[in-house]
Amino acid sequence: MSGLKRFWQSDLMWSFRHSPVAIISLLVTVLLIFTAICAPLLAPHNPFDPATLNLMNGFSRPMEPNQFTNEVFLMGTDDQGRDMYSTIMYGMRVSLFVGFMAVLFSMTLGVVLGLLAGYLGGWVDIIIMRIADIQLTFPSILVAMLIFGIAKGFTPIEMREQMAIWVLILAIGLSDWVKFARVVRGATLVEKAKEYIQAAKLIDRKPIAIMLSHILPNVLNPVLVIATISLALAIIAEATLSFLGVGAPPTQPSLGTLIRIGQDYLFSGEWWILFFPAVTLLALALSVNLLGDWLRDALNPRLR
Amino acid sequence: MSALVKITNLTRIFDVSKPWLNRVIERLPVALLKAVSDVSLDISEKTAYALVGESGSGKSTIGKIVVGLQPPTEGSVEIEGVDLAREKDEAVVKKIRSDIQMIFQDPFASLNPRWRVKKIIEEPVKAIGGNTTGVAEKLLELVGLSKDDANKYPHEFSGGQRQRICVARALSSEPKLIVCDEPTSALDVSVQAQVLNLMSDLKDRLGLTYLFISHDLTVVRHMADKIGVLYLGRLVEEAPTEVIFADPQHPYTQMLFDAAPKLDSFGREVDPPKGEIPDPINPPSGCAYHPRCPKVIDLCKSERPELKENKDRRVACHLVQN
Amino acid sequence: MGDTVLSVKDLVVDIPTRKGVLRPVDRVSFDINEGEVLGVVGESGAGKSMTGNAIIGLLDPPAHIASGEILLKGSPIQNLEKKEMQKIRGFEIGMVFQDPLTSLNPLIPIGEQLSETIRKHLPVDKKTADKRALAALDEVGIPAAASRINNYPHQFSGGMRQRVVIALALCAEPSLVIADEPTTALDVSVQAQIISLLKQLCRERGTAVMLITHDMGVIAEASNRVAVMYAGRLAELGSVEKVLTTPEQPYTQGLMASTPLASEGKKRLNQIPGAMPTLGALPSGCAFHPRCEFAYDKCRVDPYPTLSDCNGRAACWLVTENSEKR
Repeated sequence: MSGLKRFWQSDLMWSFRHSPVAIISLLVTVLLIFTAICAPLLAPHNPFDPATLNLMNGFSRPMEPNQFTNEVFLMGTDDQGRDMYSTIMYGMRVSLFVGFMAVLFSMTLGVVLGLLAGYLGGWVDIIIMRIADIQLTFPSILVAMLIFGIAKGFTPIEMREQMAIWVLILAIGLSDWVKFARVVRGATLVEKAKEYIQAAKLIDRKPIAIMLSHILPNVLNPVLVIATISLALAIIAEATLSFLGVGAPPTQPSLGTLIRIGQDYLFSGEWWILFFPAVTLLALALSVNLLGDWLRDALNPRLR
Repeated sequence: MSALVKITNLTRIFDVSKPWLNRVIERLPVALLKAVSDVSLDISEKTAYALVGESGSGKSTIGKIVVGLQPPTEGSVEIEGVDLAREKDEAVVKKIRSDIQMIFQDPFASLNPRWRVKKIIEEPVKAIGGNTTGVAEKLLELVGLSKDDANKYPHEFSGGQRQRICVARALSSEPKLIVCDEPTSALDVSVQAQVLNLMSDLKDRLGLTYLFISHDLTVVRHMADKIGVLYLGRLVEEAPTEVIFADPQHPYTQMLFDAAPKLDSFGREVDPPKGEIPDPINPPSGCAYHPRCPKVIDLCKSERPELKENKDRRVACHLVQN
Repeated sequence: MGDTVLSVKDLVVDIPTRKGVLRPVDRVSFDINEGEVLGVVGESGAGKSMTGNAIIGLLDPPAHIASGEILLKGSPIQNLEKKEMQKIRGFEIGMVFQDPLTSLNPLIPIGEQLSETIRKHLPVDKKTADKRALAALDEVGIPAAASRINNYPHQFSGGMRQRVVIALALCAEPSLVIADEPTTALDVSVQAQIISLLKQLCRERGTAVMLITHDMGVIAEASNRVAVMYAGRLAELGSVEKVLTTPEQPYTQGLMASTPLASEGKKRLNQIPGAMPTLGALPSGCAFHPRCEFAYDKCRVDPYPTLSDCNGRAACWLVTENSEKR
């Protein structure tokens, strides 16, 4: 049996094929990620090229010809005449990029600290886990805002605009590592007690080698599940920060920034400026989250 | 026959007290558990020595100290004349370490589930920087598996086959001593026989020395040349297998032999042994076995009997005359 | 020997999975009489615990009884409602499991657990129930039972806990006790105590016992009759002395030969080649034929032999043929 075929017939794939929710949410996720990545190719307009903007197109209603230019926009335009459809595609790029990078960062940090705490134990464990406990007592969005504020203070003013995205990633990532560390530490404690680890210690393998080659591959399943669910949370956290005005700058609007901008027009009747970015955010976060839920159930041997 | 392993006055104490903060608040004393106390024994080259005892006897702890997974609190373990816990010369330590291997109890936990069998078997060879070509395949055939199994994962094997893989891994660094910690107690009877036969064949073929740790007397009888009986961390009796089975002298050994269920004792009605193993943190005074011993005399309650040598056996009991 | 307490007839347990239906228990039939200990022995995965769980109605879904009959004192109990089954468990059938902690509530003192169980099943007031609980603890050999009646399960050692569980299983005076590996987690000396206790109590009260274990020594010591299971099927059923000394089914023969004996010197053990097939990959015909040295054509084709097809003791075509020749 080839590897691919075996994968297709594995328990994981079987559970996937029998879960309509998982299939739909994967389709939606892939579609959204694809459109985000290919935004420059797929978007009908480039919302960041002032040359293509026409102020006359401002406030076009979705699917209706503009009263001045007769152009039709799928999701309408904003006050500047930017095509919402294209803006959302570009906004999703920022949201997804920040989400992915933040999860990658918090995952790496959490896995490394969790492995160290679980395997070495003693003072290392106490220090790492106390820091984690303290951080958990604050709402993570508050932690992210705090880190964002501090980090922003340290970046030179002329760099702030470009660095904003990276500062955002740092802030969200640092606010989210505790989950990974806790789960990895717990799984490490379980694996550490198993006899194959003793067999490796017996032949004098160094702790770092045991951690990386023996323990890490065996604790990755729960990490994968948390990473997926964390992605949805990171995207929402980014949107929250941007909505509060401390996240992505208006020059690089994310979905959160778009929602913040759209909010101003909600009561004057231009609902589409808020509505479409919000629905996109909902679809993205929900599908990623449902995917994570399915993955958790599918990888949990006790529920099978 | 020279002694490959020389254990002298080995003692291992564990601190089992609560965390210091609880101790301060609840005013609890430090609780120390003497898992092994003052055990001395020699294992001759190319023989199988079995440590027998119930839970809490310290048999597994001795095994872990011998392979170097735990340090001794007092006393020493010398392997080929080298005390691993104190030897400074790294090259010597490395050489001796590659001469020791271990086979574990649970074949489902002793193989890394994410590694292929080939990688598992080759790990000890790689650790000492040896040549791994063909090692896994050769060893798999030696333990009765096929060389095609090298590319499979552990979950594709049954319990008995996994234990064969563990044997193959233990053999890969060409050790002289293998510590076997209850190697068959997780296996079914018909498979246990296969693994026991394999292990005794390999011992003869490769000139191995075994330290066999078990609670199962019947298994020990088939494998061991010499048996040491442990009770609450102390050696209470030691003798060659045939001698101890023919005439167990320590009351605890006698009880252990009587209590083991036998296949030919249908509807046997005997008085079961009395009492249970005492709390090892506060062991009884004198001889630790005295509260359960049917032959107890006053001396047993106050004075702990020394392990006395008598021809080819050693017994720690006041009632056994030299 | 008295009346038949439990009668299992052609019991089949199925587990539907996505790779097909697994059959962990396949056409198993046996009786247990009053005051009798039936030992059920087999390797892990042979279906012995599954049989026990089917009888007490504790199969984990999707496992279910597909066909067959379980008669407790003549009345069928195989498809009872959950509520009715609960009434039978503890009252008509007592249970002792390998891990005593699974049968004890960690938050309630043992005396209270006992008297509650007694009151649930017997029409007595609280005072009598408390008295009975104390007597039960005394009976199973808990030293100074009166002073320990308010202790919690974690305050007892493993052996003492198992004694409490036995008291709990017997307090409502059931007619059948199912003991699933009751001594596997215990040390040899404590195991001997528990076996002797179980035997003594059941003999005194005439309770029937189904003793499930993988340990031939325990079977030899404790049971009157023994049922040997292999791959979900009964391989041999007979008096313990006959089955253990002159086994007829080749699997039982191999099992007996490969069991190391303390009375024997150092020698090579007989071994059965291979391992028991997994339920998903059962061979056709007799499940033991790939490992059997006597296997011939008839063994390899369906249907496989059951006890009633053969001489009622061993499920093996060869045994039948040999006895016909004689």
